[in-house]
Amino acid sequence: MYFKLAWRNIWRNKSRTFITLIAVSIAVVLSVLMMSAKNGVYENMIKSLIGDFTGFAQIQSKAYVDDSSIDNVLVFNDDLKAALQGISAIDGFSPRIENFALAVSDSSNKGVLIIGVDVEKEQKYIGLKDRLSDGELIDLSDDQVMIGSGLSERLQAGVGDTVVLLSQGYHGSTAAGKYRVKAIVNFGSPELSNQLVFLPIQEAQTFYGLENMYTNIILHFKDNDDVRQGVNKLNSVLGQELVARDWEELAPELKNMIETDKMEGYVFMFILYMVITFGLFGTMLMMLSERKHEFGVLVAIGMKRVKLAVMVWLELIILSILGVILGSVISLPICTYFHENPIYFGEEMADVYEDYGLEAMIKFSLDPSIFTQQAIIILLISSMIAIFPFIRLLQVKAIQQMKA
Amino acid sequence: MKVIETINLSKIFEGVVPVHAVNQVNLSIEDNEFTAIVGPSGSGKTTLLNMIGGLDRPTSGTIKVNQIALNELSENELINFRLKHIGFVFQSYNLIPVLSAKENAEFVMLLQNIPAKDRIARVEALLKEVGLEDKMNNRPSQLSGGQQQRVAVARALASKPDFVLADEPTANLDSKSAENLLDIMHRLNKEEGITFVFSTHDQRVIDRARRVITLEDGKIISDVIQHEN
Repeated sequence: MYFKLAWRNIWRNKSRTFITLIAVSIAVVLSVLMMSAKNGVYENMIKSLIGDFTGFAQIQSKAYVDDSSIDNVLVFNDDLKAALQGISAIDGFSPRIENFALAVSDSSNKGVLIIGVDVEKEQKYIGLKDRLSDGELIDLSDDQVMIGSGLSERLQAGVGDTVVLLSQGYHGSTAAGKYRVKAIVNFGSPELSNQLVFLPIQEAQTFYGLENMYTNIILHFKDNDDVRQGVNKLNSVLGQELVARDWEELAPELKNMIETDKMEGYVFMFILYMVITFGLFGTMLMMLSERKHEFGVLVAIGMKRVKLAVMVWLELIILSILGVILGSVISLPICTYFHENPIYFGEEMADVYEDYGLEAMIKFSLDPSIFTQQAIIILLISSMIAIFPFIRLLQVKAIQQMKA
Repeated sequence: MKVIETINLSKIFEGVVPVHAVNQVNLSIEDNEFTAIVGPSGSGKTTLLNMIGGLDRPTSGTIKVNQIALNELSENELINFRLKHIGFVFQSYNLIPVLSAKENAEFVMLLQNIPAKDRIARVEALLKEVGLEDKMNNRPSQLSGGQQQRVAVARALASKPDFVLADEPTANLDSKSAENLLDIMHRLNKEEGITFVFSTHDQRVIDRARRVITLEDGKIISDVIQHEN
């Protein structure tokens, strides 16, 4: 009955209810769109700079953490394999060799990042095959390379051309090799496209003189929400020399950039929520003032003031929930549309994005937490606003209210 | 048995000139009475009724309902007391506009945590008693003044109170509706022994009251038993 009463009370003044609902839903739509766009950018950032390429977590030797030298490598033995297989959250893992080198072509040279990779094993995660813009995927037995599209342009080296790689190998040895370009790969992140050179893992071991040794092991998780937990679990079983690190540790500058950007979003959201707060507060004040007499009658006939306060609180909560639902219903198709059809920037803006190593687009996120977060915030605001009438209604005196 | 007893009951409204709305009133009302408190406007009828009903507190004196001193109860205890012991009928009906006749009458029983099955049975019987069995699902705005006041009577009786306080119950009704309402209340008093206390200056109510207490300037100037039940 209390719910029924609260529901019917909401619709006593339809125009006021509609205006309040529209105010709440507009604020919800704006904040959902903003959060969805921002989260989409973050997801894209993480995906193109971290997830696809670096993995959401890695195992490295502790010495490598302080000094990413080719000398600080790790041995991928059966114990380590067993430890990784023992963690259910881990979907897959593959050892890599990553180190810097100089790439030289007939016409140019450039510092590059060499990635020694088991292409077949990582295909599921990196999807190198889908990123080929020219040529064919390297395989384990190859002694050829794949280079990023940006690097290809810079070196003016296409499929079939030869590049020379020069670097320092294990324990001060010289690493040098001449490789034919088998394919050009295109990464979303221009920063990656401009410097990546993929070698089959065994060829990379030969190049650097690393027999059965690797610089890191890339970990892929079934659910990226489990990364932190999985990493903690791993660190409890890894020995003294190895450490598992998640993407936030691997790329702290990216994490900080996202955090800073999020703060800007929170300021904007705070302003929007202040609008909602005042809208709801105004509605509630009008409602209290209009129904003074009625509240008096209810207390006169024996309604406990706490119950009266709860009923009014319920009205405010129902109104807010309706606003959140309406806002979500409006924003969901918009977010879905821009998720399926990302917004691509014009040339100038694209340059700015590419300077940060990002794809110049906004693909809206459909993370359900964006919607639930709004609902929780609005409900908290409503509950906070309801404190005022709650306290006032707890002090209601029937006769005074009925005379009002 | 005394249901209501007031001892030296006074109410002074403070202001530039303090007003003695009720002045040293001593009265007692027995079970099953059908009593009218009458007097001109400003004589203190409503103030007296409000104090008896625990809606207002006296400046001095004592009100006892079923031997319980209302002055000694806290505000929350008073609310609970009203819910269990007193039924109210107001001049302007004061039904909850968003609830139907049935829900309005049921509401007090809901506050008393009476099970739904019992509530429904009682409310239907009460609305039938006041002649509104065909209007149970109508909202107050769909009822005439007389019908609304009959719902108010059903609501007042729903909680099985010790007595019903009615403040000018016929003031907003046409003569036919007023007569009809009086018939219902009179019958409930006679057949079910429900105690009614009215404040009124409607001669029709006065004529049908067993006992008439007249107030003037906050004091009882006469207390007459007109006829036996």
